Amino acid sequence: MNKAKASQNFKDKANAAVDKTAALGEDIDLSEYVSAGEKHTYRDNPSQLPAEAKKHMLDAGVMLDDMSQRSGTYIQMDNTPVHSSVSQDGVEVMPVSQAMEKYDWMMDYWWNAVAVDQDKYTANIELNQYDGYFIRTLPGEKTLFPVQACLYLARDKLVQNVHNIIIAEEGSELHIITGCSTASQEDSGLHLGVSEFYIKKGAKVTFTMIHSWNPETAVRPRSGVIIEEDGLFLSNYILMKPVRSLQMNPLVKCVGDNSVARFNSVLVTGEGSSLDVGSRIILDGKGSRTEIVSRAITTGGNIIARGYIEGNAPDIKGHLECRGLILGEKGMIHAVPELKGNLAGIDLSHEAAVGKIAEEEVEYLMARGLTRDEATATIVRGFLRVDIEGLPPLLAEELKRAVQASEKEVM
Amino acid sequence: MLKIKDLSVSIEGKEIIHDVNMTIKNGETHVLFGPNGAGKSTLLMAIMGFPKYRVTKGNISFKGKDITGLTMDERARMGIGMSFQRPPVVRGVTTRDMVAACLKGSGDGDAIDMLASKANLDEFLERDINYGFSGGEIKRSELMQLLAQKPELTLMDEPESGVDLVNIALIGELMNELLEKNCPIQYRKCMGLIITHTGHILDYVNARTGYVMCNGTIGCVGDPHEMLATIREKGYDECIKCYLGRVPF
Repeated sequence: MNKAKASQNFKDKANAAVDKTAALGEDIDLSEYVSAGEKHTYRDNPSQLPAEAKKHMLDAGVMLDDMSQRSGTYIQMDNTPVHSSVSQDGVEVMPVSQAMEKYDWMMDYWWNAVAVDQDKYTANIELNQYDGYFIRTLPGEKTLFPVQACLYLARDKLVQNVHNIIIAEEGSELHIITGCSTASQEDSGLHLGVSEFYIKKGAKVTFTMIHSWNPETAVRPRSGVIIEEDGLFLSNYILMKPVRSLQMNPLVKCVGDNSVARFNSVLVTGEGSSLDVGSRIILDGKGSRTEIVSRAITTGGNIIARGYIEGNAPDIKGHLECRGLILGEKGMIHAVPELKGNLAGIDLSHEAAVGKIAEEEVEYLMARGLTRDEATATIVRGFLRVDIEGLPPLLAEELKRAVQASEKEVM
Repeated sequence: MLKIKDLSVSIEGKEIIHDVNMTIKNGETHVLFGPNGAGKSTLLMAIMGFPKYRVTKGNISFKGKDITGLTMDERARMGIGMSFQRPPVVRGVTTRDMVAACLKGSGDGDAIDMLASKANLDEFLERDINYGFSGGEIKRSELMQLLAQKPELTLMDEPESGVDLVNIALIGELMNELLEKNCPIQYRKCMGLIITHTGHILDYVNARTGYVMCNGTIGCVGDPHEMLATIREKGYDECIKCYLGRVPF
């Protein structure tokens, strides 16, 4: 199928799905938001972006004044790419629109890991496509430093439509840190983001996503990951600040033998927030493995923490761990761990726990001289401590800082 | 000095301890004997200040100050420390974190490593506190934390239970360091109050005063070694009979 025909096919499917309500999460009325918006100025040097925007981006882990520890950078404000650059051979970072022009094969990756007609949000992205990032490592190449990407909401009542493509070619290693943030703490906005990951044979991708939205933002990411033989996908997600409504449930297909997917998420939210966050892992490759670990804390908002692992091949192994902590009198956490095995000899397990801080733990620490507040903070810090294998030290350090910032938010 | 005067303690409205009096002077270690359910642990919990253990009568003073109304962290900061019999697991909080909290910033990583080495817990520092610890490891971990905390009064609930004979000597050494056994008695400040069932710990610590607790009261005060010999020979039933013979109904 040629490019034009494939493109028309996607448009047709999207048109048929414009009113298709998502399977999960509160329904968002898209008519409350504007799709277009003024263009922002492209900057060759992103340190020239307004200081306030840079500060919000930095809060979400995106460093623009000193990019010496980044292998590449992509910044998008609303629906306009305002900067993209690389500082390492073998790594490509550009707006996805540019990649579409550059590579004929882009259609092989377009709506392949995520269905265009999944729901009205994916349809809206296809029909109102502006841009997104394209990040790729060439075969055998390894990023020395993480590639950073920022999706920034600047305008009130705007819907940000983003379509990202990430490709790690055979034997390559790609580390990405992506931060999402808003200019204002009061403006409402809607972020719709499709991210399609393709992890080729023996490649490794770590994807660390830090969300720092505001209490008026609604967020509907739609992600899909396809992992080939001996490939590894490691996702770390941190929701640092309360958001009005967030629903995401990425679909990961471990199609190759011995492929691995790991998900760690830290969700911290407060009153007025509604989160429905999970991940679905399909283990189709022989010996493929997965681990989902989530930590959720609410000080008043509602959290549904999901996890689904399906085993369809011999010698697969999957474990799901979901722990929730309710601080204060309000708030709800609903853990939904699901396992499905389709043949004998597979190893799937889960553990889930939701509750308040145990008084005996607080007292234990108080008996050592910590005040009640110090004891509670120590327990919360411990609760949020997720040991992540395979993360480079620099990223591990940044992740730790982000978790510490979310601790402050909750305390 | 710890001074307990006419102390009665209730748990959820039920009085467990009645009119207990006790004085521990600086440098002294006292031992509490008694059958299960006698109220020994309740007394220790009340001294530490656990909120569930309500003082309904009398008072507790420490270093000349009435601490009956103080919270447990305030008591800990005044110099009271406790070795827990069954401490909780705190996920994500490592043994190193706990020792650091006990040191209150007065020691660095080296100080923590040294303490761990002393308690033979080097391999446990990066593990979640008490997670998967054996009985003996819990006891050593509790004493290691107390060595970091440096309390002037140490409350120990059966420090030897669940500890094998090889480890009990190490437990004894750690306790002696806590209780300043090597310090000449006239300069010794640290005090101890130890609950023991087996009395094994008496081979290691320098305890001069013992109590037998029955039904929430102290029935007998005396030399702990003599008491232990009697208990071993005649059991607590004899103690209770003796005590009841002395108490008018």
